Amino acid sequence: MNLSFHNKRITGMLTIVPAEEIKFEDEMENYNFSTAKSLKLKAAMGYNARRIVKEGVCVSDLCIHGLNYVFDNGFLAREDIDALILVTQSPDYLMPATSSVIQGHFGLKQDMICMDISQGCAGYIIGIFQAFMLLEQEEINKVVLLNADVLSRKVSKKDRNSSPLIGDAASLTILEKAEGSGRITGNIRMDGTGATALMIPAGGFKLPSSAATAELKEDSAGNFRSLDNLVMKGDEVFNFVQREVPPMIERLLEKAGVGRDEVDYYMFHQPNKFMLNKLADKLNIPREKMPSNIVESFGNSSGVSIPMAITYNLKDTLKDKDYRMCLAGFGVGLTWASLLITIGHLDFCAITEF
Amino acid sequence: MKEKIIKILTEIRPEFDFSEQVNFIDAGMLDSFDVVALVVALDTEFGISIDGMDIMPDNFSSVGKIAGLLQKKGVPE
Repeated sequence: MNLSFHNKRITGMLTIVPAEEIKFEDEMENYNFSTAKSLKLKAAMGYNARRIVKEGVCVSDLCIHGLNYVFDNGFLAREDIDALILVTQSPDYLMPATSSVIQGHFGLKQDMICMDISQGCAGYIIGIFQAFMLLEQEEINKVVLLNADVLSRKVSKKDRNSSPLIGDAASLTILEKAEGSGRITGNIRMDGTGATALMIPAGGFKLPSSAATAELKEDSAGNFRSLDNLVMKGDEVFNFVQREVPPMIERLLEKAGVGRDEVDYYMFHQPNKFMLNKLADKLNIPREKMPSNIVESFGNSSGVSIPMAITYNLKDTLKDKDYRMCLAGFGVGLTWASLLITIGHLDFCAITEF
Repeated sequence: MKEKIIKILTEIRPEFDFSEQVNFIDAGMLDSFDVVALVVALDTEFGISIDGMDIMPDNFSSVGKIAGLLQKKGVPE
């Protein structure tokens, strides 16, 4: 599905990362591999360090920290928020929506919309789509898009498919109406037949958490995880990404009438370095235009890896310059989405630690 | 080319004899992480980039199949 938007822009971006850093070598003994093999895995996948939250820290904590940052620095006035979107797969509660919890924490005005969106690696793009659609409304002038996950809390430390790559983080993006700004082109597809490729089987209404679901069991590859843990079928996800993402990007650029070389940066979700490099090669995109340095320094924080790649790599220039960027996210759902957008001349662009 | 492939395979899993005529995947000689390490090593050794769509276990189940992948990328036999 193709989407297009006009007269809207991103005006500020903030990434919130936990202060606690874990090195790959510190956890190698958990992975049921020889040291030599673990180090090969590290080199191929780009696993170096990741940031994870301390026990008990929730998505709302990271988001509240981020909102305090923008309020305290004068980047945003509380009364100007007309919509608060939170994209997450690790909400504080099954109900109510965590965005409502955050609204209540700050005592924001009642005349606004709060909504949670359950989406993962493509969630940042979907959040932008939703924000732009809300901005079509006469009374909505400013949307705060929060994207946050603390999935390290749901990963078995003895699962080398997931544990060495998962990081926690949040991002805050402000989106506004902007007369005369250029056309923004998007693309999204979904395939629910692959819904079990990335999932947390227990903890919802279908299979409530219990002592039985918390029991660690060994899979055929020697990983240990419970039904309460995140499970990722790595081979299926890899094949899905390599099959679907390159043609999606081709469709997006064709629809926008933009050549591959006319894009300054390809800021893609970063599951691991190997997968990203293969995408760059397939698309004939120079690897320096598609940064892969987030997953190796912060871990894979689901959809947040996209805004984190932007703030981490371009925070020194994005306040003064414009860049045409192709954003892409792919994963849980299965979902794959992309966006061609010019980002720049931001009011703020920063990273802060929690 | 085949000697180089066997040398790379042996560096990844030194405990196995890759000159044997067996299916490396079925025999448990290579798992999915070994395949990733193998692709990285082959890309570097031969100056190519194996297509992501070709990274499926069956394509790495024998020296002959791996050689076929390399030839597809223009590496001479």
